[in-house]
Amino acid sequence: MSALSLAALRTSCGVPPKIIRSTSRLLSNDGHTITNVEKTFHRRSCCVQTYILSVTRLYSSQPHNPKVPKMPTWEPVPEDQLPQPAQIPADLVDKLERLALVDFRTKQGLECLEKAIRFADQLHVVDTSGIEPMDSVLEDRALYLRDDAVKEGDCAEELLQLSEKTAEEYFVAPPGNIPLPKREERAAMLKHSEF
Amino acid sequence: MTEDITWLFLDPSLKISFQGLTTSGVVSPDLHFIHTPQQLVGVVGLEIHAQINSSTKLFSGSSVRFSAPPNSLVSFFDASLPGTLPVLNRRCVEAAVMTGLALNCNINRKSLFDRKHYFYADLPAGYQITQQRQPVAVDGTLTYSLLEGKKRSQVIRKNVHIKQIQLEQDSGKSLHDDVHSQTLIDLNRAGVGLMELVMEPDMSCGEEAAAAVRELQLILQALGTCQGNMSEGQLRVDANVSVHRPGEPLGVRTEVKNINSVRYLARAIDYEIQRQIGILQRGGTVQNETRAYDSKSGLLIKHSLPISLTSAASFFRFMPEPNLPPLIVYEDNASLPAGIDACQAVVVQKIKEGLPELPSIKRDRLVQTYGILPEHSFTLVNEDGLVEYFEAVLMATKKEPRKVIGWVTNELLGHLKQQDLSVSQSPISPPALAELLELQETGHISSSVAKQVFQKMWRSPGKTAAQITQEHDLGLVSDTAQLHSICQKVVDSHPDEVHAIRNGNKKVLNKLMGLVQKETKGRADPVLVRKILQEKTS
Repeated sequence: MSALSLAALRTSCGVPPKIIRSTSRLLSNDGHTITNVEKTFHRRSCCVQTYILSVTRLYSSQPHNPKVPKMPTWEPVPEDQLPQPAQIPADLVDKLERLALVDFRTKQGLECLEKAIRFADQLHVVDTSGIEPMDSVLEDRALYLRDDAVKEGDCAEELLQLSEKTAEEYFVAPPGNIPLPKREERAAMLKHSEF
Repeated sequence: MTEDITWLFLDPSLKISFQGLTTSGVVSPDLHFIHTPQQLVGVVGLEIHAQINSSTKLFSGSSVRFSAPPNSLVSFFDASLPGTLPVLNRRCVEAAVMTGLALNCNINRKSLFDRKHYFYADLPAGYQITQQRQPVAVDGTLTYSLLEGKKRSQVIRKNVHIKQIQLEQDSGKSLHDDVHSQTLIDLNRAGVGLMELVMEPDMSCGEEAAAAVRELQLILQALGTCQGNMSEGQLRVDANVSVHRPGEPLGVRTEVKNINSVRYLARAIDYEIQRQIGILQRGGTVQNETRAYDSKSGLLIKHSLPISLTSAASFFRFMPEPNLPPLIVYEDNASLPAGIDACQAVVVQKIKEGLPELPSIKRDRLVQTYGILPEHSFTLVNEDGLVEYFEAVLMATKKEPRKVIGWVTNELLGHLKQQDLSVSQSPISPPALAELLELQETGHISSSVAKQVFQKMWRSPGKTAAQITQEHDLGLVSDTAQLHSICQKVVDSHPDEVHAIRNGNKKVLNKLMGLVQKETKGRADPVLVRKILQEKTS
């Protein structure tokens, strides 16, 4: 993932394509510069897509938003405030793989999982006693209730085109869930596979 | 009620009976009461999915219909294409609140939606939007009645506690093609709104479960929130069955699925209870599994899933639905926030006022208005369209309701059941039946002849009672001269019986009456015959 933030502008007055060439110092994650941005520019009928780095907005009409700090202000939480690092037993990994159908048994995968848990452990530092749990940032919005009138459907052809295998207007799937092989068998399978 | 009691004679002087106790036991030599194993009893809990009767699905604007070309009632959201979002259908919320109110539930002012994840081809999104944490309605009661007693004339009321009613999405339909080793998926049903009613395991046998489901069907049909047709899949019942001894903890439960009629439900549950009792009595252990009812063989066969999917909550990785804010339902118009649009608010008070007449109220009303017995009113309401038929007959005849009810619940219903017909398919219409009853009431035919005429009318619809009576010459013989001569003949040919009557045995008169009726082929007026015979034999 590069450090480029892509902003798609749809303007009626049209931003002249010359803008792109002026922001030539674009940096990627490991510090290499990318100079041939022009190749990624293309124009559509009524919409101009421009790629502009968020830090330098030379021709933007709005000044820098005061609510956004210019430098990052958060500090990493010291290790002693966090609980013990979680140990993930092999059985749990197996169960998670079975439930989520995601293969993460490799060393990299487990490390990534441990880092993610450690990152989430920072939440323990916050004192939540006596506070109602929030389950959605939408909780103070009104849920829109729709009228009971038919407005959609009748697009069987379009939907069936999306599927590789169909049979007379039905989608085709393998018979039932193919059970995931046991841990030992899977390890043997992975060893001999191309991954 | 006394239970079966096993007691042991160690010494005749030690014979003690334990009447009134609900346990069974043995008296030991030192007069201690030892428990012997009690009877295993069944414990049944139901999970019912009722398809909401609405024009569109729960979260999308595609149509809801029973049969349509495959995948023609599917919107982009139902096919879970990326970029689509759920939009809640107000009608489904109102249906859930209505059902909750009819079942005496507490309606949660605020309810939340969750995602329940599992992988199956008929669930395109990989998760189902349901309400696990905080559903729309909780803590209700379903009151149902059983007909018990020797003549099924005692109406026993029972209660089932309803744990919660929640809104959730239906999955698509999968057709298994074993020939080509594939599954065909039809998403027409995917996304249709369901009300899941979770009941506590308060029932103990198939009959109770069937009665509870029948009552629920009647309630939902009266409310209009669900058409309750089990064979079309509008009402799906899964039973959790286990056995245990009263007082002990509950046994391992199995789930019984794929039941598509109320009758099969009772049968399947009883079969499962017997199967589990058999296993335990042989010393085995009951496995926690899912069993599907096979209507062809009438047996429960083990489902292909090795474990019950609903056993482990962690299996489903429940998480709050991030695309839907909480659902707020308002108590009354006073509590509505300012400036809210009327079509955006679901008001409980308004729904409560608009509730139609529930079956239990209807039964009481029939008993009150017409003076019929509770068990008759139970039978009337239980059968689709029978109340209307009964009231139509009453309108066309002057006969008392109590006399009409027997004809409707015994004769008419009996014949309908024999040929598996519904009330609307009855060959005898309400006016025709009313005419027959009028003929009987005015003395043109006797009651036994009336039954014969009824059967003839059944076989030849369109012919009125009067026509049939005319054709087969079944009219009551009230010509006194003819009756006198017939009675005289009978009296003359049975001197022994006449002697017995003159000596005081009045019951023999009935035998003579029977003989007279045989002579007249049942067309003699019984009252008149009895009078004449009494005269002749006195």
